[in-house]
Order: sequence, then structure tokens, then C-alpha cells
Amino acid sequence: MSKTLPRYLHPGAWWLWAIGLAVAASRTTNPLILGLILAVAALVVAARKPDAPWSRSFSVFLKLGLFVIAIRLVFQVVLGSPIGDHVLVTLPVVPLPAWMASLRLGGEITWESIIFAACDGLRLAVLLACVGAANSLASPSRLLKSMPPALYEVGVAVVVAMTFAPQLVTDLGRVREARRLRGRSNKGLRGAVGAALPVLEGALDRAVTLAAAMDSRGYGRTGQLPARVRHLTVALVLGGLLGVCIGLYGVLSANAAVVTGAPLLLLGVIAACVGLWLGGRRSIRTRYRSDPWARPEWLVSASGIAASVGVMIAGIVNPVSLTISVVPLEWPALPPVALLGILLAALPAVVAPPLPMPAAIRRRTGGLTGVPQTAVGAPS
Amino acid sequence: MIKFEDVTVTYTDAPLPSLRNVNLEIQEGELALLVGRTGSGKSTLLRSINGLVPHFTGGLLEGRVTVAGRDTRTNPPRELADVVGMVPQDPMSGFVTDTVEEELAYGMEALGIHPQTMRRRVEDTLDLLGLAEIRDRPLLSLSGGQRQRTAIGSVLTTNPSVLVLDEPTSALDPGAAEEVLAAIQRLVFDLGLTVLMAEHRLERVVQYADRVVAIETDGSVVHGEPAAVLASAPVAPPVIEFGRRLGLSPLPLSVRDARRETATLRRDFHPAHVVTGGIDGTIANAPTELVADIDHVSVTYGNFVAVNDIALHLRRGEIVALMGRNGSGKSTLLNTMVGLRKASLGRVQIGATLANPYGMEGGELLKHVGLVPQEAGDMLYAQTVTGECEAADRDANAEPGTARALLDQFAPGINGETHPRDLSEGQRLSLVLAVVLAAKPPVVLLDEPTRGLDYPGKRNFTRVLQELARDGHCIMLATHDVELVAATASRVVIIADGEVVADGPTKDVVASSPMFAPQISKVMRPFPFLTVDAAVEALGGGKP
Repeated sequence: MSKTLPRYLHPGAWWLWAIGLAVAASRTTNPLILGLILAVAALVVAARKPDAPWSRSFSVFLKLGLFVIAIRLVFQVVLGSPIGDHVLVTLPVVPLPAWMASLRLGGEITWESIIFAACDGLRLAVLLACVGAANSLASPSRLLKSMPPALYEVGVAVVVAMTFAPQLVTDLGRVREARRLRGRSNKGLRGAVGAALPVLEGALDRAVTLAAAMDSRGYGRTGQLPARVRHLTVALVLGGLLGVCIGLYGVLSANAAVVTGAPLLLLGVIAACVGLWLGGRRSIRTRYRSDPWARPEWLVSASGIAASVGVMIAGIVNPVSLTISVVPLEWPALPPVALLGILLAALPAVVAPPLPMPAAIRRRTGGLTGVPQTAVGAPS
Repeated sequence: MIKFEDVTVTYTDAPLPSLRNVNLEIQEGELALLVGRTGSGKSTLLRSINGLVPHFTGGLLEGRVTVAGRDTRTNPPRELADVVGMVPQDPMSGFVTDTVEEELAYGMEALGIHPQTMRRRVEDTLDLLGLAEIRDRPLLSLSGGQRQRTAIGSVLTTNPSVLVLDEPTSALDPGAAEEVLAAIQRLVFDLGLTVLMAEHRLERVVQYADRVVAIETDGSVVHGEPAAVLASAPVAPPVIEFGRRLGLSPLPLSVRDARRETATLRRDFHPAHVVTGGIDGTIANAPTELVADIDHVSVTYGNFVAVNDIALHLRRGEIVALMGRNGSGKSTLLNTMVGLRKASLGRVQIGATLANPYGMEGGELLKHVGLVPQEAGDMLYAQTVTGECEAADRDANAEPGTARALLDQFAPGINGETHPRDLSEGQRLSLVLAVVLAAKPPVVLLDEPTRGLDYPGKRNFTRVLQELARDGHCIMLATHDVELVAATASRVVIIADGEVVADGPTKDVVASSPMFAPQISKVMRPFPFLTVDAAVEALGGGKP
């Protein structure tokens, strides 16, 4: 195997990998499997996370996950019906009117119900962690850059929106300060309206300037495409996306059979891809330093898919192994297929190329070797 | 290369044309400088070169504009992107991507240039404009000069033969402006690019120009050799005015020319004249009342120390210029003085009663100190000038008519029904000043007031500031404009990295600094002169 030089991995590969892990997590409440997925995601993030503002999001998503578990537990304690008979604590029951008889507030809290709720919450938390991992591994702007040409306009709109939002906040601050200098209050509805108008005016002005700048730089030079091809493109993309949605539902939901979901998903993806390819032909744009899709990308995305396949096979072989058993309360088993699949998903920590050093640091440390330029302890 | 044939541009709803019968031909490889008063149609002329006028802005264009043989009538801006590189006034507003390198590639991507060619051109441009070190930096984190150079680079990569720049240095400090101008010069001299550039501060660029194109207020255009056009222009940079008053021929365009032509005059000059008069700078009177006491103030943003232990005393009748690089802490200091920022250490006392401005009620604050912010338009909310003046009187609890009277004193003859947005740059500044002064604050702070002002506007502004100082106001202005400082300020404070590095009378501080010295002081070195009047008088009062 040839050595992989330091570079940024294609953001699409990271997202495929994370989606694979997320699909695996969504099909199980087994805390052992979920914990393993979380550990694998954390390991890869720790190994391949670049040093950029957007790459700090993993811990944010972890905290969000803890919050989700806490919410799930609170709901279980307050509103849930008891499962099993290992009583943890008995809360006073709040009497409710007859028409709310199906609801129950308080009462016995059992170990079983707490554990069930915690595992259920954990599943959501791990899903969030997978999204967070993708977010902190793949640069959002590079992801937008690798969008198919047919979706280029959408990508530009998102990029412009991303730069506009912080500008609006800065403008608002400036206008509020100016109002204070006029001796006006920023409080209350009048203050808010008074500040909002100049900000919106400024945003409009800037939008017009940007449009002029983009026009003078050649934005929107497109080739012409016959109407029939355009209609076909739209039909394929929309139909494909619908197929993807139904297919995803089949794959993700534990009730529907994997057998019906997967083919529909595949068909939808193909239709959408063909549509995007057709639509992309009208654009004459080229791409600057597009991220390559080479062996590391294949390996990383395959490893993510391996995790979901492993968990799905485990589910087909023995459906019970994927759920936590609370009645009777049992220590969960770890199906070997699932274990193997998820461990494969840890491979990106090694097979993904190492991170390149930013240019600014490279210069400061005097080259890639990091050797300082002044000699230490020179003979005198 | 660029050819205007009897071009007249009239915008929709405008009573008069913005450009009138313009005939102009700019040859390949020329550096042409576009001058004119604000609102005279400079931007219209620039934007009609790549077809933004009228394809984007609307309006009626009569006549014909051709660039490299292509008619803008049949070619919209995007089809001219490979011939004309257009750099907007505020580079940040034209950026589409988020890092330097991607911004450079953006235009080429839109033109469908082969990836390998793209890569080579990006690398070449990075080197050409000295951007290699910041290639992967986010655009938001760049300094003003770096942004401007990135904007130039981003249009250069499509290999245009014409570069059009709209006031590329107006927002930059002197150092960053030099940096950008050096890059532009290199493009003209080494690459043979045709450049047309609008600029207010002629003193920075006129010596490099092959031709000056002057737009008159009625939209007609005069053009020719710089010396010929400027010899008769009503206002000109100090060096040229100096040359005209001394009757120098040929007219000097740069400090170097002026020094060479006045070598004998200066050799015969006796410093003895200095003692009796002719040297400007206010004579130190008895100290007047203290109206601002900045007592060892520091301001921090997180870990960043923006203002570091600054101590200043400001008195009535002073005009203090606050100078320094972009980002050196000038705006933070001004904002702290009006209580928009809290001093982390030390304290600010301001106004006749020396009160702390932080947390003061809006109406109360106005009586102690007023600030004209960088975006002066932010202070205006009403639909008409009259409405704005009346609101200012109410805000300040002043006699009705106070603000209007002040406005008439600063800029007479403004129609009260005009919308503030339709005022010229100088008129708008006068209106904001009138609004701020309606509450009669003893201290007036101005942040970069002359950014969009032309020479007549600046001259009027100088007069206004001097009147205010005579009336006992204390004025402090943050500015990059060394010529304005030389003409108005009695004292200069230079700050760098949030610390005061120089504080003293104008002639002592600026004359000795290579970056902040005005042109006359460079010409007259080692004699400490700042203004044309004083220097001309000392050298013999005009013609020998």
C-alpha cells in the first residue's frame, strides 16, 4: 500500500462515514453497541480533526447529546408508565381529572423504565455525535465546493448567506451604538424597529453591490440546454430524491424491512445522480483544486458503511440482540458481526491522510521539519 | 484600449445626465487617474467600462463604449469579465468565497478555465501581489491593505487587459495605501496593464499617472497630461499648489520634483525668518479649561488589549489628531471616551463637569460629549433634512432651530426637503455634525471624517473645525489624512498597538515621521513647515 501524504480528506467521504455510523446507531438501543460507536467516532475525531473554528463542534454536539438524555429521563420520570418491578423510588401521584385518565403524573419509578429511557436517549445522543463528528472533520465550505455543478447556485447562495449573517450582527451593533450617540433608547419595540430599518437598508445595499461584483466577475455565464433535457433533469432529481427519502425511511426505521428499503434507496440515488449529471452539463464552470477522490476516500466511506452493514446483519440474524432487554433486566450481549463492523469504522483514524500544516505555521517554524532556524548551543 | 465615443448617461428619474458627451480614449498600458468632486459621476464612468452601466444599474446610455474592441452595448458585464477587472470601492462587499486562495480562483472558475491553468495563475498572482503568506487565511481576518490586494488579485487571475479601481486607498492608513499603490504600479510597469483609477487623495497617486481625466460637475470630461490638467484645476494636492504659487515650471507632481526644483530657493533660505513668523502651528496660550481626562485607561476584548494604559488631557480650543495604523486602537479609544466601551482599567472623565460617560443616559451623554462615527449615515434616521434637524433639537432639549442654524453655518443652502441619503458626502457630514452639536457638547470626537471628502469638501470641513475650536470646543479626530492634520490640528497623538507613541504639537510630531509627514514638510525638510501658505511666504511670498 502506497503512503498517503498529508492532505485534507474529501469532505464527502467524512459525511458518508458519519452517515454509516449514524445508520448503525439508529437501529439499536443496545448500550454496548452505542457506546462502541461513540468511542469510535471520538477516536477518529481526535486523530484527524483539523485546527479550525468549525472543528470544535464535536464537543458541542456531545453536550447536546447529554442534554437530550437528561430530557428523555425527565419525561420518563414525570410522565412515563412503569415497566418491571424493581422500584427505585415512589413519587406522590398527582390526581388528574377523569378526561386525562390515560396520563399519569408521578407514582412508582422503576429501574427498568429508567434504564430503558436512558438507552433510548443514548441512541439519539450517539446520532447527534455522529453528525458532530462529520461537522468537525469536514470543512463546510469545502463540502459546498464539491457540490455537483447542477446545485452550484444553491451552494453560492449558502456561502453568501454564511458571510452575510455575521455582517448583519456587526451592522446591528454599529447602528445601536449610533442610536445611543443620538441620545435614543435601544430598548422596547420602538428601539428595535428603529435599529432594524437601517440594518436592513445596509443589507440590501450590500446585496446589490455583491450582485454587481459577481456579475462583473463572470457569474452566470452558462451554456444553453434544450427544454426537453431540462424537464428530464428536474423529473429525475425530484423523483430520485423522493426515492431516497422513502428508501432511507425503510433502512432507518426498525419496523420496515431492510429488504424493501435498500433497493429503493439505491434506485433513488442513481436517479438523482443522473439528473444532477444531466443538469451539470449546461454549466461551463471548472473547479479550482477540487478535492480528489482516491483510495483513502473509498476506504473511509466503506468503513462507515461497514458499521451499518454489520449492525443490520446482526439484526437479521438475531433481532433481540440489538435491543436492550429490561424485562427481565439483563446485561446486553455484543453481537460479533456488529462488533466487527463498528471496529472497521475506526480505521479512518489510521487510513485517512494526516493533516497538512497551515502555511503560516510552516513559515514560522522554518520549514516542514520544524527545526528552528537559529542554532542552539553553538560553539563559541 | 478603452474608448468612449460621445457618451451620455442619464439615470432613470434623474433630471440631468450624469455623464455628458464624453469622448475619451485610453491607450494600452496607460495609468489614468480619474478625478472629480464627489457625486460628479466618477463611479458611473468607471462602471460603464464593463457594462454595469447600463446593464446592471438601468438608465440610458447614448453613444458607444468599447473595450478592447468589444462594444458594451452587446456584451453584458459577465461577458467582459475576461477583459475588464473591476475592483469595487469596498473590497469586502465584492468577496464571494471565504479564503484568499479561493477568492483568487473564483473568477476563473466562472469562466471555465482549465484547472491546471487556474492553479498556475493563482500561484503567479499570489507572488505578484505578495499574498503567498496569507493564502489560506479567511478574508474576514485580513487587514485593509491585504483585502484590497486580494480584491485586485481576484480580478487579475482572469487575465484582463484593463483594470478599473474605484478609490482603492480611501479607507487605508498611509502604510497600507503605499502597499496597494506599489502593487498597482508594478502591474502597470511590469505587466503593461491598462489601469483606470478614481482617487480623491491625488497626492498619493498623481506622480505615477500618465493621464488625468477630470469630470466637471455637469458631467463633461477634460483630460490630458497630469501637469496640464492640474495647472488649472481649482484645487490640487499641496505639492502642486506649492509649485503653482512659486511659479515653478514644469509643475512638480511629486515631493522629489519639488525638492529638486526648489533646491536653490531653499539653500538661500535663512532659518532666521522662522523666528519672526511664517512657521505655523498654534502658539501655546495659557492652558484652557480641562474637558477630558483619560486617566491611564486600558480596554480589552477577551485576551486582546486594544487600548493599553493611555493617559491624555484634552482642553478647550484644542484640535487633536489621533493617528495610527488601522487596528491600532483609535476607534476603541474614541468609543471608550463616549462610554460605548467600558474601560477595563483606569477611568474616563469627560465634559465640562468631568463625568464618567459609561452607562450615562443617552440624553445626558449628549451634553458631555458627541461622536461622529465612521459611518456617519448611521446617525441619520429621518426622511428629510428638516425632520432630522427637528429630531436633533428634541433629542438634545435645545431651542427649536438650533441644529438647522448650525447646519447653515457649516454648509449653507441645503434644501430642507432633501432626503439625507441624497446629500453629498460633505453635506451629510455637516448634517451629522450639526445634529451632534445641537446639544452643545464641549468635546466632539470624529472617527475618519474625511473618507469620502474631495478637496473643496475638506477645505470647508477644515474651516468648520477651526471655527468650532475658536468657540471653545475641544475636537479630537481619528484620521489617516496627513494633509488634513497638517492643515487643522494643533496637536497630534500617534498610537500603535494601543499605546501612545507620540504626543505633541503637530509640527514636532508629524514632521519627523516618514509615514505621517505631509508633503510640504517633506519638501521643506529640515525646516519645519506644514502648510503651503507658510512655506510659500517663507520662500519669498510667491514669484521672485
